[in-house]
Amino acid sequence: MNQAIQQILTQKLLALADDELILAHRNSEWIGHAPILEEDIALANIAQDELGHANIWYELHQALTDDDPDELAFFREAAQFRNVQLVELPRGDWAFTMLRQYLFDAYELLLLDLLQHGRYQPLAQACAKVRNEEIYHLRHTSSWIKRLGLGTEESNRRTQAALDELWPFAQQLFVPLPGESILVDEKIVPNLGRLHESWLERVRPFLTAANLIIPTNQTPPTKNRSDHTNHLTTLLGDMQKVARLNREAVW
Amino acid sequence: MKTVTPTQIWQALESVKDPEIPVVSMVEMGIVREVMVDGDAVRVTMTPTFSGCPALDVMRREIETAVRQLGITNVTIETVLYPPWSTDWITDEAREKLRHFGLAPPQKHGGDLISVAFLDVAECPRCGSKNTTIKNSFGPTLCRMIYYCHDCRDAFEQFKPL
Repeated sequence: MNQAIQQILTQKLLALADDELILAHRNSEWIGHAPILEEDIALANIAQDELGHANIWYELHQALTDDDPDELAFFREAAQFRNVQLVELPRGDWAFTMLRQYLFDAYELLLLDLLQHGRYQPLAQACAKVRNEEIYHLRHTSSWIKRLGLGTEESNRRTQAALDELWPFAQQLFVPLPGESILVDEKIVPNLGRLHESWLERVRPFLTAANLIIPTNQTPPTKNRSDHTNHLTTLLGDMQKVARLNREAVW
Repeated sequence: MKTVTPTQIWQALESVKDPEIPVVSMVEMGIVREVMVDGDAVRVTMTPTFSGCPALDVMRREIETAVRQLGITNVTIETVLYPPWSTDWITDEAREKLRHFGLAPPQKHGGDLISVAFLDVAECPRCGSKNTTIKNSFGPTLCRMIYYCHDCRDAFEQFKPL
């Protein structure tokens, strides 16, 4: 692998990992607070799965850079994270959490389906595994969106409000990294523009059938994964607190 | 220099139980993939069940300990993700043990996971009834789902098909 490809692949892996880590943390905030016990369990499972996936991407990143995954998770500042803003937004209400997870799951499953045929074997092979676990996530979140959208006036109103807020943020998932086209040319990662079309074809009719109106604003809040809201700083304050109390602690 | 045969190592690993389901071994679960002996060096290849499984480190340590107890000091445990672990690899004997343990074994899917994941069929491990309903596709560990048996009128867990 030449240096230019390796460099951008490293950044791509970090972006994949950071998305999952931050989303896992947001979901874990529901533990002990979900509306019913079964959802507490479900969300804890989903968070743990995403954390496992983040770890896989960090380890693939480590194979190219030697960067320790714990070091990346617990000792970077907000500006060094490469996650999309979608995943760092506060957890909101139940509709907000379910809808964010649904929009992300629908993207991730389509992405993994294509990535598993990519030409960078370690990444392709890991995707085959992660994909199988993701099937259960999408099934869970899509059944919730249907229930909330077609439920009561209040559940529909809350889900619509979540969609209005989240829709532009979700579009950032489809903004390629600077130089990502090299990876597309090498058939290591899929073209995000085309992935976006497949995603829209999948989620639009689904959301419409759930009695939700697709917002017209499709402009992502930023196209740069180095840009973050202040919410990420707050989140990291919680997530990194214990690790930073004593760097030498053995777990 | 002590040497052992791969068969001896496989036998030793039969006694290493799944930390979350202590009635089945990691060999029966299909977690141990390969054993290679090269002179006095032993390499064991294992694969995680669910990638976020918190028992993975424990499994790795226990496999290593079991090999070391044979007097081998040069042990390498390698973790691979491919081919992805599948519940189809769980042996028939282990499926029976799961049932006795109170955990409905996962349906075989032959690679067609989506159809199985959406079928939601589980046989009650207590009474054998198929009159069951899924309550939650997630459970107390990443590898379990929660069902309800209408005949026993009680909940049970199924090993999640993967």
